[in-house]
Amino acid sequence: MTPIRPVPGPRDPQVGSLGAAAPRGAGCGSGPAAIQTSGLSKRYRAVSALTDCTITVPEGRITALIGPNGAGKTTLLRLFAGLAAPTAGELTVNGTAPRQDPAFLADIGFLAQEIPLYRRLSAADHIEAGAHLNPRWDGASVRERLTALHVPLDRAVGKLSGGQRAQVALALILAKEPRLLLLDEPVAALDPLARRNFLATLADAVAASGLTVVMSSHLVADLERVCDHIIMLASSRVQLCGDIEELLAEHQILVGPRKDITAIQRSHAVVQVTRTPRQVTLLVRGKGPVADPAFQASDVSLEELVLAYMGQDAPPALARLTTVGDGQ
Amino acid sequence: MISFRVDSRSVVPPYLQIVQQVRQALRMGLLDVGDQLPTVREVVSATAINPNTVLKAYRDLEREGLVEARAGHGTFVLRRPPGPPPGTHSRLGRSLASWVREARDAGLDDESIESLLRVTLRTTAEEEIA
Repeated sequence: MTPIRPVPGPRDPQVGSLGAAAPRGAGCGSGPAAIQTSGLSKRYRAVSALTDCTITVPEGRITALIGPNGAGKTTLLRLFAGLAAPTAGELTVNGTAPRQDPAFLADIGFLAQEIPLYRRLSAADHIEAGAHLNPRWDGASVRERLTALHVPLDRAVGKLSGGQRAQVALALILAKEPRLLLLDEPVAALDPLARRNFLATLADAVAASGLTVVMSSHLVADLERVCDHIIMLASSRVQLCGDIEELLAEHQILVGPRKDITAIQRSHAVVQVTRTPRQVTLLVRGKGPVADPAFQASDVSLEELVLAYMGQDAPPALARLTTVGDGQ
Repeated sequence: MISFRVDSRSVVPPYLQIVQQVRQALRMGLLDVGDQLPTVREVVSATAINPNTVLKAYRDLEREGLVEARAGHGTFVLRRPPGPPPGTHSRLGRSLASWVREARDAGLDDESIESLLRVTLRTTAEEEIA
């Protein structure tokens, strides 16, 4: 049975329509911000990797960074970590502009997709190395975590399974005691059980220390479980940014007979329209009741919401079926 | 100590699933007054859900007066949820059965019946909020 989702509070999550620039200065946050950007852009010669991005990453929350390949996710994470500099716009991370100095870097953990471990060294070797490389280091926590997960500490890391390697990398990064953890597709190559264990470890670390996490991924279903905030990128721009529960409560799906939808368009922002010869399906923003009794309303899933806002990047065959706000 | 099951594919939001499971456990006697609820970290390790989800669920339960958070000790059950008077379920069950028979005679299949029930739940809830 469909429950009624709670009506969103006074905070208004920012929702960008496809292709339109997000308003400058308008955040999408809830509470203190670990990261704040305004009009952030990054160009590589002729290519715009990021265009006019205005984002808030709330402190102590787990934020999903979602988008198709090439949308700019890795670029954004690298800007957050200070590994690249923006071409335009403002960016504040942990209260300051990112810079390559030990004090700033000590507070950030960055886990790139290609897990950066020395395959011939064991987890124990990495723990020892970490003590020399980091101002703050809780090596004992790595031993504790990995032992609880039955990951051998003395075996060469290259001989561990993918899931175990990912746990080693995560435990090592957490040993730095960072304030902000940036993860680039950490679970993409893992089997379902390894994914679940990784996310459980991550969520537990957040529960224990109030760490802020930004995690990029393709896998919406996994993220819905563990993330409570979302940033959606497509075509180098921010399409969605806000609290997941609030965004879901703000949208609904309307299904009805194929007919003129101008009346609905007046009262709700139409994000996506799908038509068959007899039926029209709309994904709209605005939870107010629909005057037309021919239309049946239902809740939206996060996956549907993400796919709808990614619509412009869909492959050509799909694009024939979906058009945005096309007035007919 | 109860354990929670969070179904990410359910239309029910995760925090509400936890609230419902606590209420259900109380109704069925699996949880008793004075019992401690699993800690946030325990729930998170077992279910891989966001810690704020658990906090939100526990806060809701506290607001309802069912549990109490004691700083440094955990969250404990205060009382059972108030139930409907005895006989309510069987009485409502009987009138529902007669309505279902009427709906089936009119030609509705189970799916249409469920759909009609869902819409009615939604519209009556909206009337209550309005």
